[in-house]
Amino acid sequence: MTAELLNRREAVAELLKDRGELIVVTGLGSPSYDVMAAGDHDRNYYLWAAMGSAATVGLGLAVSRPRDPVLVVTGDGEMLMGMGALAKIAVQMPKNLTIAVLDNGHYGETGMQHSHAGHGIALEKVAQSVDFDWTARITDMAGVRDLRARAHAVNALNFAAIAIDITEEERVLPSRDGVYIKNRLRAALGQSMT
Amino acid sequence: MPDQPVQDSTVTDWRIQVYDVLKAFDVKHAAYVPDAGHATAIERFNADQAVRSVVLTTEEEGIGYLAGAWLGGERGVLLLQSSGVGNCINTLALPACARFPLLMVVTMRGDWAEFNQWQNPMGRATEAALNLMGVRTWRAERAEEVADLLQGAATMAFDGDEACAVLLSQRLIGRKEWNRAR
Repeated sequence: MTAELLNRREAVAELLKDRGELIVVTGLGSPSYDVMAAGDHDRNYYLWAAMGSAATVGLGLAVSRPRDPVLVVTGDGEMLMGMGALAKIAVQMPKNLTIAVLDNGHYGETGMQHSHAGHGIALEKVAQSVDFDWTARITDMAGVRDLRARAHAVNALNFAAIAIDITEEERVLPSRDGVYIKNRLRAALGQSMT
Repeated sequence: MPDQPVQDSTVTDWRIQVYDVLKAFDVKHAAYVPDAGHATAIERFNADQAVRSVVLTTEEEGIGYLAGAWLGGERGVLLLQSSGVGNCINTLALPACARFPLLMVVTMRGDWAEFNQWQNPMGRATEAALNLMGVRTWRAERAEEVADLLQGAATMAFDGDEACAVLLSQRLIGRKEWNRAR
């Protein structure tokens, strides 16, 4: 039994500890701020729009960089908009992709309206039903540490919904310059800029 | 299913050229929602071990996917029907803001000899909608135009980080046969 829901900042900081070669894609809104708050990194790709695309960008990275672990950090509302993408990803079945949904059951960026997750839809069960290798609902820090180890293992397609509280944290904004963030990541992965 | 060319077989087979041109541009990812007009390219990509074929549940997934593949250093193409262009509109902010190369090949419905009028609103709006979102467009009406237009679009996408679409007109693809009985 868990007495309290996880704090999003603490959960993300724990998830990104000792990140090594990890490539991180963030969904728009609070997940981007959480990842930025844990420390900006050349291997981060922050989305500021294109809601529903975090998991799809993660898939493209995972299949084109098969030896690097790729982690998508997004919110329940963003994931709900791209729910069909879970079927697409499951068909491709990359073994180096982990999707971590920070699930507070609300649309935090727009005034804390209930999302479908908040109405009881369990996103991890959706991922399970389309045959992700490993799925879980995470409710404590031990679970977050376990997820971190799985993300780095590069041996399974993973999905976790991390149950977080609805505390609104200070906005820690990553760069909104999409070209800069793109080129920074490509350079970090050793690609030519010509 | 085997493709039945509408044109005389002596006419350039643009269906094969679509695949050949994309291969010549080192495309490693083919993301698609199926369409009869893309059947030849899809079949060839599916059989090609050097290309990852990705079937999408909705077309905008391909935009994010190809952006991710490009971040990872690889080129791709999005094959879709004109109706699917409507699904892509908001997601086209991604290539617009980050200047990702995006190459789309769009088979048209609702622009010539269309039996199903429900295809017409999006067919009418396809090119303008793409242009409004910053995607450059070229329309192929004849078989001999396809390879050249696609080469030009691929050059501007991959060398110039532009969002580019080649529209394959319904007249080029051929009438959809609604009544299969003879």
